[in-house]
Amino acid sequence: MSDHAGFFTSRLDEALGWARKFSIFQYPFVTACCGMEYMATACSHYDVDRFGAGLPRFSPRQADVLFVVGTISHKMAPVLVRIYEQMAEPKWVVSFGVCTCTGGFYDNYATVMGIDTIIPVDVYIPGCPPRPEYVLDGLLKLQAKIQAQHSSGQRPAAEIRPELERPVFD
Amino acid sequence: MNAASLIQAVKDRFPDGVKASHSYRGDATVIVGREFLLEVARTLKEDPAFQMSFLMDLTAVDFSTFGAKRSPAFFSNSGVAVSPSPEFPDEDPWPGPPVSHPSAGAALGAPASHPSAGAALGAPGPAHFVVVYHFYSLPLKHRLRLEVPVEEDDAEVDSLSSLWAGADWLEREVWDMFGIRFRGHQNLKRILMYEGFAGHPLRKDYPVNKRQPLIGPVN
Amino acid sequence: MLLNVGPAHPAMHGIIRIVTKLDGELVKDIDVEIGYLHRGFEKMAETVDYNGVIPYTDRLNYVSPLINNMGYCMAVEKLLGISVPERCHYIRVIVSEISRITDHLTCVGAGAMELGAFSVFLYMIKAREYLWELVEMVTGARLTVSYCRVGGVKGDLPEGFDERCGKALQETRKVLVESDALLTRNRIFVDRMSGTGKISSEDAISYGITGPFLRSTGVAYDVRKDCPYAVYDRLQFDVPVGTRGDNYDRFLVRMEEMEQSIRIIEQALRDIPPGPFLAHAETGRPIPAAEMVDEGKIGNIAAIVDRRVVTDPTLEGAAKSQHPNIEAGEKRVFLPAKEDTFGNIEGLMQQFKLVMYGHGIRPPKGEVYFPVEGANGELGFYIVSDGTSSAYRVRVRPPCFAIMSALPKLLIGDMMADVTPTFGSVNMIGGELDR
Repeated sequence: MSDHAGFFTSRLDEALGWARKFSIFQYPFVTACCGMEYMATACSHYDVDRFGAGLPRFSPRQADVLFVVGTISHKMAPVLVRIYEQMAEPKWVVSFGVCTCTGGFYDNYATVMGIDTIIPVDVYIPGCPPRPEYVLDGLLKLQAKIQAQHSSGQRPAAEIRPELERPVFD
Repeated sequence: MNAASLIQAVKDRFPDGVKASHSYRGDATVIVGREFLLEVARTLKEDPAFQMSFLMDLTAVDFSTFGAKRSPAFFSNSGVAVSPSPEFPDEDPWPGPPVSHPSAGAALGAPASHPSAGAALGAPGPAHFVVVYHFYSLPLKHRLRLEVPVEEDDAEVDSLSSLWAGADWLEREVWDMFGIRFRGHQNLKRILMYEGFAGHPLRKDYPVNKRQPLIGPVN
Repeated sequence: MLLNVGPAHPAMHGIIRIVTKLDGELVKDIDVEIGYLHRGFEKMAETVDYNGVIPYTDRLNYVSPLINNMGYCMAVEKLLGISVPERCHYIRVIVSEISRITDHLTCVGAGAMELGAFSVFLYMIKAREYLWELVEMVTGARLTVSYCRVGGVKGDLPEGFDERCGKALQETRKVLVESDALLTRNRIFVDRMSGTGKISSEDAISYGITGPFLRSTGVAYDVRKDCPYAVYDRLQFDVPVGTRGDNYDRFLVRMEEMEQSIRIIEQALRDIPPGPFLAHAETGRPIPAAEMVDEGKIGNIAAIVDRRVVTDPTLEGAAKSQHPNIEAGEKRVFLPAKEDTFGNIEGLMQQFKLVMYGHGIRPPKGEVYFPVEGANGELGFYIVSDGTSSAYRVRVRPPCFAIMSALPKLLIGDMMADVTPTFGSVNMIGGELDR
């Protein structure tokens, strides 16, 4: 009996995963240069619509994937967290570009060194800016993650990085 | 007008306002005292000899560590001389950072141990900040750079927002990045950093990677 | 009613915040808040050496990175007092104009998309892809190129560039013709764009606005014509000037500027002085590196002093000598060709002295201001040097800063729905506005 229940729930998870991964409504939180490559990926040459992710929803309430595209400064960080909190579950976050992954080469007073210090991130796409092929690769990884996810949706916790001894430049 | 005649014309108009001038690499530069700024700017804008229609840029430079930084020399004792002196010949060398000439009543209350105490007592020394203005004239096609030396404890100059509307935001940015106030500016608040930010980032004593995050956990 | 068109908004090209005070649909007052993309360019430029600032300049106006690179490099060259060879000037002009076309394509395309003309956006991005492939062929990267160096450019134009460029420009022209047919006399487009976002030329000058924005109000100020630099004084091109200063004029000015940029590129490709010349003067065959070293050892310097050398073809690409005629002769500034770096000790020493931390280009103490015509207006670099290997102060005069400060003037009195096309025609690039 438990086998039957297990079989059906696992089939259900697979079906839900399949449906979710091919109907991604992304919220492109575009700030900087990576936005140009995001536009290039979304347009006809490197069409992202083939993967089911072609309809951006410009409201966080209607989106399920938050593409954080471009550098996040400390002034922008509260806005990003608010947008993330406004999204409904299940939701995923893609960190697009090295500025969002780790801060890039803007190691200064104004930049958040990696958005995973403030919101949980599912897929990191490094590059400055990443070529559209990298973006599509990241999208496929996200789709694999969505497929493999349990239907209740396990959220990774926000990463707490230890205080690093950073050299201060003068 | 070319650089030399432009400088001469400004000097003729304001003989005691213009403290120094040069035209390094062909850029006409005039250093004026703080009290004369508004007058000079108004003349530059309205006088038919100058007709400076554009205030192209308004910025500041913090000269407090000028010349103090020694290039790191890894091999200073291996025979490869790493001399910090410039290696390119200069026909008309730059005279150096502008020198401040404080007026008699300025900088009251500066303690004697303060680095600008020398300047406060009336002796000229290199200024801490210099506010730099770039002008361009559309009909006459000439450019002029105006520099106003300012000391740290009395970092205030007149605002040019009554003459050029673009000076509004440019002055807000100088206030944000350097902490130099502008008298007569309607709305002097931060423009690039968030309101609660403490300090002025482009000053030389602000370390480049000192962070003041608005939200955590660790940033 | 107070409406916050917040930092994260679909119709906003970058991240800014516009707090509008509305009376029904009429905009009564607005307050613009910027700074959401401040990345500390000016502070970072003080921590790295002169060539290290170039990647930071790419990311200023990230839709036309080559213009920023060129502006910065020319400012440092002015400070140093050196000049680059003619071929290098032509190369810089060609890539700058390609960048200008991509900027205008992005601006007009995104502006059209916001008014509902989604196909125009797709067509323009298609044209932009052709141009980016061209840029990738020359520089190695699509967007953040870091192509110019102080004293020259990174590498010469590759073989076959002329044909590829011709094809890309042909495709761009086709796209421009199509977009023109779709938009210029389109009733909806014309109604939404004309009469909105008007500014008079006196106001524009007072705010310090330059570039296509100023030209649409009737003032023909273009840095390439009025204060020419590089080889712009030898090239024939027109500067389109509008009359009314509204959004429609700006659209027309940008479309025409793209056509003029194509014209400049074609002329430059025709007039460019020839590139590398590989053969040995006496034998007529390329001189291999070992032979050059031998000649040097026996003291026969005169025979080799201006010969180009061919290294072992296992160093991929090094068989083609990439560097003559594109770098300033000044050895204290420009990196040597890789054949010299790996081939002889002088080249290695020159590379070391320019690249290692603590060494590097040492301009004389001084300050310069150099303006170039960016896609949005006058892009000026003000550099103060204290004689050490990193700049003391690098200031960018951002063209769209002035335009954004005039936004209240542009929007007050218009309807809420006019905010979108006006803001689209401002072409605000966050990297340049906030640096």
